[in-house]
Amino acid sequence: MNALTAIGEILVLLGTFFYFLSALGLIRMPDVYNRMQTSTKSATLGSLGVLVGVGIWALGTDFGSIPWLTKTIVIAVFLLLTNPISAHALIRAAYKSGIPLWEGSVVDKYREHLEAKEREEVEETPAEEGGEE
Amino acid sequence: MIGINIYLALIAVATLLSMYRVFRGPTTVDRLVAVDIMTTITTGLMVLFALYYQRMIFLDVALVYAILAFGGVIAFARYMEGGL
Repeated sequence: MNALTAIGEILVLLGTFFYFLSALGLIRMPDVYNRMQTSTKSATLGSLGVLVGVGIWALGTDFGSIPWLTKTIVIAVFLLLTNPISAHALIRAAYKSGIPLWEGSVVDKYREHLEAKEREEVEETPAEEGGEE
Repeated sequence: MIGINIYLALIAVATLLSMYRVFRGPTTVDRLVAVDIMTTITTGLMVLFALYYQRMIFLDVALVYAILAFGGVIAFARYMEGGL
């Protein structure tokens, strides 16, 4: 076992451990928003560890070559870009379809934003009418 | 290749925990979140299999699977939002 194989194996072990942690967060968290944030973050880190680890591990073996590392880094960058997008779309869909927050949640910035926008519109509309009159 | 049993066992436990959330989840979005995590885990599993069987073509399979899973999750989220 040479150095590249050892580094790759440690990275793959870290990645699979983070996969396990993300699934554990999926079980342990109270509502869908907390579940989404904990599991998506650790799944992204876990797949980065597994993919880059496999690329470095393959460099240390006799069949491995540079294209292994290149392809795994391409998949890792793709997952790094698309995992936050899908998490954002899912949480937006959850909020729009009316799933309530956990009763222990204290901060809801999105509802504050919507209420502030609504209030501005209500304040603006009579002023415009008054100006026209 | 010594520790690959440990990695496969960790991935199997993670998949089982996600399956629990898929079957048990109180809302539809809970199930979708669990399926999203499972597709990410499956991509990592495919890359591990590429190393185990020493075939570089499996990496292309993993890339195409990641792209299709992303499209599917986006389509489901759009459907839940009521726009599809």
